[in-house]
Amino acid sequence: MQKYSIFSLARNALSHHQHWSRAWRSPAPRPQYDVIIVGGGGHGLATAYYLAKEHNLSNIAVLEKNGLGSGNTGRNTTIVRSNYLWDESALLYEQSLKLWEGLSQELNYNQMFSRRGVLNLGHNLHDMRAIHRRVNANQLNGIDAEVVDAQWIKQFVPILNTDNARYPVLGASWQPRGGVARHDAVAWGLARAADALGVDIIQNCEVTGIRRKDGQVIGVETTQGYIKSKKVAVVVAGHASMLADMAGLRLPIASHPLQALVSEPLKPILHTVVMSNAVHGYISQSDKGELVIGAGIDAYTGYSQRGSFHVIEGNIAAIVELFPLFSRVRMLRQWAGTVDICPDACPIISKTPLKGLYFNCGWGTGGFKATLGSGWTFAHTVAKDEPHPLNAPFNLERFTTGQLIDEHGAAGVAH
Amino acid sequence: MLHIHCPWCGLRDESEFSYGGEAHRVRPADPDALSDEQWADYLFNRGNPKGLHHEQWCHSHGCRRWFNVERDTVNNRIVSVYR
Repeated sequence: MQKYSIFSLARNALSHHQHWSRAWRSPAPRPQYDVIIVGGGGHGLATAYYLAKEHNLSNIAVLEKNGLGSGNTGRNTTIVRSNYLWDESALLYEQSLKLWEGLSQELNYNQMFSRRGVLNLGHNLHDMRAIHRRVNANQLNGIDAEVVDAQWIKQFVPILNTDNARYPVLGASWQPRGGVARHDAVAWGLARAADALGVDIIQNCEVTGIRRKDGQVIGVETTQGYIKSKKVAVVVAGHASMLADMAGLRLPIASHPLQALVSEPLKPILHTVVMSNAVHGYISQSDKGELVIGAGIDAYTGYSQRGSFHVIEGNIAAIVELFPLFSRVRMLRQWAGTVDICPDACPIISKTPLKGLYFNCGWGTGGFKATLGSGWTFAHTVAKDEPHPLNAPFNLERFTTGQLIDEHGAAGVAH
Repeated sequence: MLHIHCPWCGLRDESEFSYGGEAHRVRPADPDALSDEQWADYLFNRGNPKGLHHEQWCHSHGCRRWFNVERDTVNNRIVSVYR
């Protein structure tokens, strides 16, 4: 792996940047791997990276049907936080947040991880009670969180309309260690590091079937031929049900469109992340200056990667009420991804009834922040054939046992 | 925005309707007789197909009646509407 530094930048500038080596190889698939990871988004690449780094496996392939990070990894609003209510999710997301902290240095790739803090607004008494409860739970779990009042918010974000609104802002939870990261850099940095550890990253290779024998996975059919492997780890977000279908399984997943949009670039105006579950909007400003705005899911299921206009209309109405200043800002781009929604708004990182088949899905509207923790725990699950204590509660059986992790309060709407 | 043909009211905007998920799921007559796996399958598991999907819609801001729609989940084309 070619090391990136100020010196390599200067050296390559002298040769007009013609001699940079490729960030990762594009090998043809080998006939057999120890582990096949289906899905080359952030979570799949993180899984490959941690399998190679923490578990010393190197005969690993990542199969991606399009290009790396072309799904939800490249479509989200890049917010990173860990202020979840329940212990199970708080610990999982906090592990992820800790892994983000050193990632740029570890990967030698700038993740542009910016700890600008995250505000989750409360608009009525009930919101504030829920926020108090969640902040107390966070503090007990060692997660930085505090309750701030409207006065504090007014000083910190002067452009936020706290009082002259239909739903006035009464206060918020504040997580200073939260922030945003650059989603593409996460995929590219992890891919480059995984490749350097020997992982084969195979793009434009769609899995079309999962071959099994006597309750054991033996390989996958792909558009580039049959590849043998006794361990297949599926991390395909919105398409999880398709892959489960290939293995004869049914999942409690519904795939919905989730929309987001960005404005034309502006001078720096918003230096933190503001989210509101009640009026339903979340917003931050990218380093390029665009306001990055996330909407809610469309009601219907679908794989169209586009949503209905009235959903972003309601979303923008909320943003404009919170930030009247933005009412004349023009929107530049709008898009949607296909998100995999679980009934309890929590992910599945689990073994399956089929030996050697592992599923990591159900991240719904908030998977980006968990990219690293997801990959880290999933790698452990695949390598040891048993879950790590952090992801053990996120098993597939919880829908049968009834031990759900109802995270709608902290996760169900805004991410 | 989807345009949905309500069987009673005619063509209306999606914003008048509520989505009701997968159609033709029948609540088991005797839940006590089911295993945990069967009950979980009824409660939580969904077909979630990529392609034609039979789903329920309710004309909430109109006649408030439920009906079924057959829609392609890839291109959102509504193939048929039936009661």
